[in-house]
Amino acid sequence: MIEAVGLTKRYGAKTAVYNLSFQVRPGVVTGFLGPNGSGKSTTMRMILGLDRPTAGRVTIGGHPFRQLPNAPRQVGALLDAKAVHGGRSARNHLLSLAQLAGIPARRVDEVLGVVGLQDVAKRRSKGFSLGMGQRLGIAAALLGDPQVLLFDEPVNGLDPEGILWVRNLMKKLAAEGRTVFVSSHLMSEMALTADHLIVIGRGQLLSDMPVKQFISANSADFARVRTPETEPGLREKLSGVLTEAGGQVLSEPDGALRVTGLPLPRISDLAHGADVRLWELSPHQASLEEAYMRLTQGAVDYRSTDDKLAHLQAPPQPGQPGYGMPGHGMPQPPVAPDAPGQGGWYAPPPPGQNPPGPNPYGQAPAGPNPYAAPQPPAAPSDTTEDAR
Amino acid sequence: MTAPLPPAPTPPPSYGYVSPIPVRRAHLGDALASEWTKIRSVRSTVWTLGTMVVLMLLIGLGVAAIASGQGGNMGEESALPLGFFGMLPASICVITLGVLTISSEYGTGMIRTTLTACPSRSRVLTAKAVVFFLLVFTVTLIVSFAVATAQVAMVEAAEPTAAEWARATVGTALFLAVLGLLSMAIGALVRHSAGAITVMIGLLLLPLVAALFMFAPALKGLQEALFTYSLPSQMIALYSDRPPFTESGPAGWEALFILVGVAVVGVGGAYALLNNRDV
Repeated sequence: MIEAVGLTKRYGAKTAVYNLSFQVRPGVVTGFLGPNGSGKSTTMRMILGLDRPTAGRVTIGGHPFRQLPNAPRQVGALLDAKAVHGGRSARNHLLSLAQLAGIPARRVDEVLGVVGLQDVAKRRSKGFSLGMGQRLGIAAALLGDPQVLLFDEPVNGLDPEGILWVRNLMKKLAAEGRTVFVSSHLMSEMALTADHLIVIGRGQLLSDMPVKQFISANSADFARVRTPETEPGLREKLSGVLTEAGGQVLSEPDGALRVTGLPLPRISDLAHGADVRLWELSPHQASLEEAYMRLTQGAVDYRSTDDKLAHLQAPPQPGQPGYGMPGHGMPQPPVAPDAPGQGGWYAPPPPGQNPPGPNPYGQAPAGPNPYAAPQPPAAPSDTTEDAR
Repeated sequence: MTAPLPPAPTPPPSYGYVSPIPVRRAHLGDALASEWTKIRSVRSTVWTLGTMVVLMLLIGLGVAAIASGQGGNMGEESALPLGFFGMLPASICVITLGVLTISSEYGTGMIRTTLTACPSRSRVLTAKAVVFFLLVFTVTLIVSFAVATAQVAMVEAAEPTAAEWARATVGTALFLAVLGLLSMAIGALVRHSAGAITVMIGLLLLPLVAALFMFAPALKGLQEALFTYSLPSQMIALYSDRPPFTESGPAGWEALFILVGVAVVGVGGAYALLNNRDV
């Protein structure tokens, strides 16, 4: 059981972790998610007593790590696969750790077998691939056969077979009654591995709930509606009707409409009432990855911008609709990118279903993608204006 | 579009996991074994100590051969002070190894793994210091004894006293090992291999080099102080019963005691900072 209360860490002016409180329970795999630089590793280091919190505290089984009796037998951790002396062989690396913790030397050969490195045990770890390094780090974490395990990005650099192995290992360790805390920035991986999710962004707690609940609370269901391409007027007509009925309508690049806030039968009824024929009316569910990206989109520290090679391009001719001016001469509803995950745009969360807990970034402005649509309308009145 | 009620969180099993491996409290002895494994399993140890042995032997025997070829006129002194010329380059090797003992852990990130396996940072530093000290002391004692014996046999000079023998062998080995401890402390404080080695080499050589060029009479006092207390002068003083350069100043074992004092301050600082700093 890991318990953090009001955990805060500042490095000079930068606040890496702010007022973080959570519990990690035994018997389940707890995923620790957040974008790069969101404070995951800092939190892990504070749990292990390597960094001292500026405020708050974190305990393992009721004790701060540095006051734990027999700490290496109670807590094992993989922090960084490269945190080994490259000149030392895998076996000697593990042997030195085992000796330091008072663990019998035969355990070293056991864990080497568990992670599948027995054939390269005598080789210097400098020549290891990233995946082999991860396995060595996992071996070090398992050395003390501890009750609490922390893994920071354990699947980085692993091949698919290795990823599957780690996934099953985490589940097995949790099933044995251990506390397993795994950080990752890959939602898709956590969806398969974790039972419980703790999501942070910019060092603050965004969400703390079971995976199933996270999915249902964050996935934005929407309906895709397609009107006959032969009659462009119908599309705008329908979009106006749906907006008036309280739905939110976004245009997709291929001409379809993405409707949220209205159940499918109601959309059908409204279309019928407005005398609009439909070519498609289909239910869709946003993926977990989308839900996660939406949750953290305001909390991303490192975001790429498009490489426009601006200095190489001729200046845009005035009067011509150019790049970076979406909407000019285009249909009125805002445009949704066809591939979620490429732009800074995600479907808005269903009304009233924002995840509990502080979400200071939930309403952040849209990403800097000049081609993407403006942020989805917050109030129906905006959409009405757009749609006309 | 409505979320189902959150399912109750899986109730945690009432039992925790209990390892079949017998649990026993780790102590300093475990840390010593671990540090011995670490220091013997990296090449830098072999390289620095190997270079040190070769330099001490080659230079010690070479100087002795030249001295005996010139008729062995050592004045009133015995042949033992010839050992100094091997000791100076040996100290550079010891400095390098001392710094690397701890700074390589910072450079690779290994220090985090180490301190996760042993939250008692003082124990880790103590184990490092003890293992490193004993290793350097043992190796330099054997080599300096061999060199001293060869020098006394090759050069016809005054027969050294027992006290001179002790200082030229045990004294030399202690001096180098303590200098290594100071380097380790600087390595722990600076946490960067190249930086810490530079600091130590500068400390070793710069005062003497600066003093060489202090021609102005106004700087005479400073020049004398630098000559007297620079590390190479202390090494020479270790071999001598009287202050080697000036009227006053350390001689014999006093040179070692001064270095021990400096090392205690450095190691104390390393303990304090390691315990309070984030790693």
